[in-house]
Amino acid sequence: MPYSDKVMDHFTNPRNVGSMDKNAPDVGTGIVGAPECGDVMKLQIQVSDDGRILDAKFKTFGCGSAIAASSLATEWLKGRTVEQATELKNNDIATELSLPPVKIHCSVLAEDAVKAAIEDWKRKNGKAAASQAPAAAAEPSATKKE
Amino acid sequence: MTVKLPIYLDHNATTPVDPRVLEAMMPYFTGDFGNAASRNHVFGWRAEAAVESAREQIAALIGATGKDIVWTSGASESDNLAIKGVAGMYRDKGNHIITNLIEHKAVIDPCKRLAEQGYEITWLKPDATGQVSAAQVAGAITDRTILVTIMAANNEIGTLNPLAEIGQVTRQRGVLFHSDATQAVGKIPIDVEAMNLDLLSVSAHKMYGPKGVGCLYVRRHNPRVRLVCQMDGGGHERGMRSGTLNVPGIVGLGAAAEICGREMAEEAARETTLRDRLQRGLEAGLDYVRLNGHPTQRLPNTLNMSFAYVEGEALMMKIKNIAVSSGSACTSASLEPSYVLRAIGVSDDLAHSSIRFGLGRWTTAEEIDYTIEQVVKGVRELRELSPLYDEARGA
Repeated sequence: MPYSDKVMDHFTNPRNVGSMDKNAPDVGTGIVGAPECGDVMKLQIQVSDDGRILDAKFKTFGCGSAIAASSLATEWLKGRTVEQATELKNNDIATELSLPPVKIHCSVLAEDAVKAAIEDWKRKNGKAAASQAPAAAAEPSATKKE
Repeated sequence: MTVKLPIYLDHNATTPVDPRVLEAMMPYFTGDFGNAASRNHVFGWRAEAAVESAREQIAALIGATGKDIVWTSGASESDNLAIKGVAGMYRDKGNHIITNLIEHKAVIDPCKRLAEQGYEITWLKPDATGQVSAAQVAGAITDRTILVTIMAANNEIGTLNPLAEIGQVTRQRGVLFHSDATQAVGKIPIDVEAMNLDLLSVSAHKMYGPKGVGCLYVRRHNPRVRLVCQMDGGGHERGMRSGTLNVPGIVGLGAAAEICGREMAEEAARETTLRDRLQRGLEAGLDYVRLNGHPTQRLPNTLNMSFAYVEGEALMMKIKNIAVSSGSACTSASLEPSYVLRAIGVSDDLAHSSIRFGLGRWTTAEEIDYTIEQVVKGVRELRELSPLYDEARGA
């Protein structure tokens, strides 16, 4: 299917590819998706003491839309506060990339990855709300087979 | 030498019309445009002569006689006519049909439709290479079995089934044998006598003929196969398929069949060499790759490989100047990867990572070398992005 120019741009020149030390206290890691389903996103944020996202990195196994969605998400995260980042919605990503309906789940996955990374950072820094605990973001089990 | 882009390596999906085929077809659009059923003037006679000549051409390719051929709109219609036609005609004899989990949807869906109507369907499970055996077929036949339908070659992985052995079993047990040979006819030798086939589906556009035309071989002797027609009308094609014949298309199918018969051996050898060169090149350039399908009992033009930790559709975007297919769910409307790969035991993640390369009559060594280079580059780049590849390497 034909992709938008923005998808092709992010796919051809993905921003912020890489990994950060997932054990570092200022790094939050979110891994969502499953290989059996054809997409796994790992998204990481590095957060300053005052709650600002200094850096964001991703690695994604998935289709072009999934790669573009994660690339775009990291671009948007950098420089924002954690609070602002929680407001990022899949719809924003889908709209920006003009994703067709069949690819909406790629933007949902990107939103989930962002949330999971934030939860992980909060958990490490004693800020997690008890009700939000199940995210269990950084657990590698998220990428293992069920 | 520079390679002309884009490169077409999706010949299992469809093939271009061979210029020689097109040339044969051309007169039948304009000058010789008659209806082959018009019995009383020269326009009809010419059309009829052309149709009958094409009948002989396709019959010769599959070891049949012209009178055994029923023209259709393509292999999907042929499959429907064969399966539903037998089911309807032999309902008093039995209600059991044996088929295979990795048939084309044009066989699977008619069987499912019949299941809704009270027929019993046995879905044989192919082995890890994609083959079903004659022993499996023999073990599934009961006194209620009226039809065995097993494809000649699988469209996704190219694996060939042992038709001759299966045909021995079905003939011995008195059960009709149909094969969807869409991918095989024109690429490998098919002989309805040697293989004891009673029904055989053929498509023109997979063998350098035009789209929208095919045929069904229907055995007339030992045994005489009878079908309930699925298209009522003027009683064309021995009453088995009504409708004015697509004369130019039929002429094209005939011409395509004749060329395939003449050039098959040479073409198969050439394609096998190039296909194996492609496989070796990819295996040399990349780790974590695997062949899907049978290592040797395979269509000469088909190579299906999984590139672990890379999603198939993303890889297709990386190599966008090369037309291929993928078993990834992302290339289809469904959310599940290829049912063929799943049925032969390929894990879902590797099914998402699969690419089918289908070589053709005009594929060159330069195109293959370019493809190797591009795929190796694309897979490496995507693996740099892949968290799964990191894990695999213990990074």
